[in-house]
Amino acid sequence: MTAQPTDIATYNFAYLDEQTKRMIRRAILKGIAIPGYQVPFASREMPMPYGWGTGGVQVTASIIGPDDVLKVIDQGADDTTNAVSIRAFFKKVANVAVTTQTAKATIIQTRHRIPEHPLGAGQVLVYQVPIPEPLRFLEPRETETRKMHALEEYGLMHVKLYEDIARHGRIATTYAYPVKVEGRYVMDPSPTPKFDNPKMHRSPALQLFGAGREKRIYALPPFTEVVSLDFEDHPFEVQTFDQPCALCAAENVYLDEVILDDHGGHMFVCSDTDHCEKRREEGHRGHLAPETHLAPEKMEPTQ
Amino acid sequence: MTDEPLLRVSALSKFYGSRVGCENVTFDLWPGEVLAVVGESGSGKTTLLNCLSTRLLPSSGTASYRMRDGQFRELYRMSEAERRFLMRTDWGFVHQNPADGLRMTVSAGANVGERLMAVGDRHYGKIRATAVDWLSRVEIDEDRIDDEPRAFSGGMRQRLQIARNLVTGPRLVFMDEPTGGLDVSVQARLLDLLRGLVTDLCLAAIVVTHDLAVARLLSQRMMVMKDGRVVESGLTDRVLDDPRAPYTQLLVSSILQV
Repeated sequence: MTAQPTDIATYNFAYLDEQTKRMIRRAILKGIAIPGYQVPFASREMPMPYGWGTGGVQVTASIIGPDDVLKVIDQGADDTTNAVSIRAFFKKVANVAVTTQTAKATIIQTRHRIPEHPLGAGQVLVYQVPIPEPLRFLEPRETETRKMHALEEYGLMHVKLYEDIARHGRIATTYAYPVKVEGRYVMDPSPTPKFDNPKMHRSPALQLFGAGREKRIYALPPFTEVVSLDFEDHPFEVQTFDQPCALCAAENVYLDEVILDDHGGHMFVCSDTDHCEKRREEGHRGHLAPETHLAPEKMEPTQ
Repeated sequence: MTDEPLLRVSALSKFYGSRVGCENVTFDLWPGEVLAVVGESGSGKTTLLNCLSTRLLPSSGTASYRMRDGQFRELYRMSEAERRFLMRTDWGFVHQNPADGLRMTVSAGANVGERLMAVGDRHYGKIRATAVDWLSRVEIDEDRIDDEPRAFSGGMRQRLQIARNLVTGPRLVFMDEPTGGLDVSVQARLLDLLRGLVTDLCLAAIVVTHDLAVARLLSQRMMVMKDGRVVESGLTDRVLDDPRAPYTQLLVSSILQV
């Protein structure tokens, strides 16, 4: 790939050097060939701290091309620090087009959400993963967890769910909810809310997971079977909300609680900002939506 | 009862470099039989136990185990997956220190249920009912089911470890000093419990102990080891009442009288 004419000539296209991208692409290909299997890779230092998406950024940098359109979300939002800075980073080092619209993006890097708008074939979802090993907190030895994956010994994963029910009367895990991929590997879907787990199942988009600090890449090729673990008498359920989004009145979406004042005032709004804005443009109104067309961050204080 | 042994061990040796762990051990173990392995520290008892339970691979020799389908399988030729499966279904291993055999940070119920979940049980209600049943069989109150073993006394932890091992109905249990570190009254209750369970479930067991009284109470047959070799073996009562090898005589005469 030729370097783009930019003012930062010392950087290669998309920041990483071609050898590194080649190494990461190999890891990605292996991950796609063995869905759910954690492939070790030589994670590089990135110009951002661990925990801010170094894994996701390396994956994105390795697959992005000059014609791609990038969207970056952080907890569903396009306008938070992490999303804004990663988007700006790729705009600068790869000179690619960026968007906030799910349908228009070819690559979506995400921290902890899957967009509400259904993903299509040809789109790539890149997850930022803090801890790729679903068995980590149950079995601290990496040598042992690798063996357990190799031998398909996953009884321990259900021990965690058993503990949940024994303590809380139900499966209380709400995010990073373990899934079984193609009936073989148990995988951590990264700390997405379990609300998003069903969206991974047979998704037409390619899903890639990068964990920079832990130096692991794993993948779900399109149309992969992804089943959330559960008990026969305590089946898997997603979160439900007893009210629609306060701004766009959407139902059956994942909502965030937003504090409005110091007197306990709060509202529930879509965590997916793009989805929420689109619905408001279409004329949907929640009970707290402002009269005019204004994004929530531009709202005037009410008092 | 069948007329075939459960475990056949032939010329088993384990060397640590030039040092001898255990050497040339041969015996058969029959279904429902309890075999005690006694000897002083460093005599190779634990090495032998670890080799038999495939936690260690021996330097030479063979051991074959009669599977549930009646076929003998050579333990050291099985794949690791098969051995580990055997370990958590048809076998049990009771460690001297319960912390080695338990998950200290999950509840007692989950400790007992883990093996069931590992073999594919996916019904919470049934797993919990089985756990309650097993806790009562090892004399742990039902209301302790959601407590972590960290909150248990040494004797209770050991009983919990036994329940955790027996829940899948194993046919062979390995025990490494099961009563080590417990005071005498707790030891007596544990032995009583073990004796009852072994008889009720027709368990075969290999018990490693340095305590001849434990061997006398639990086992039908015993092997005396010294410096990695078996110096004497036979029926427990015979060995203890009429020891033949000089070392056994020394061992028996060293028992403290109260």
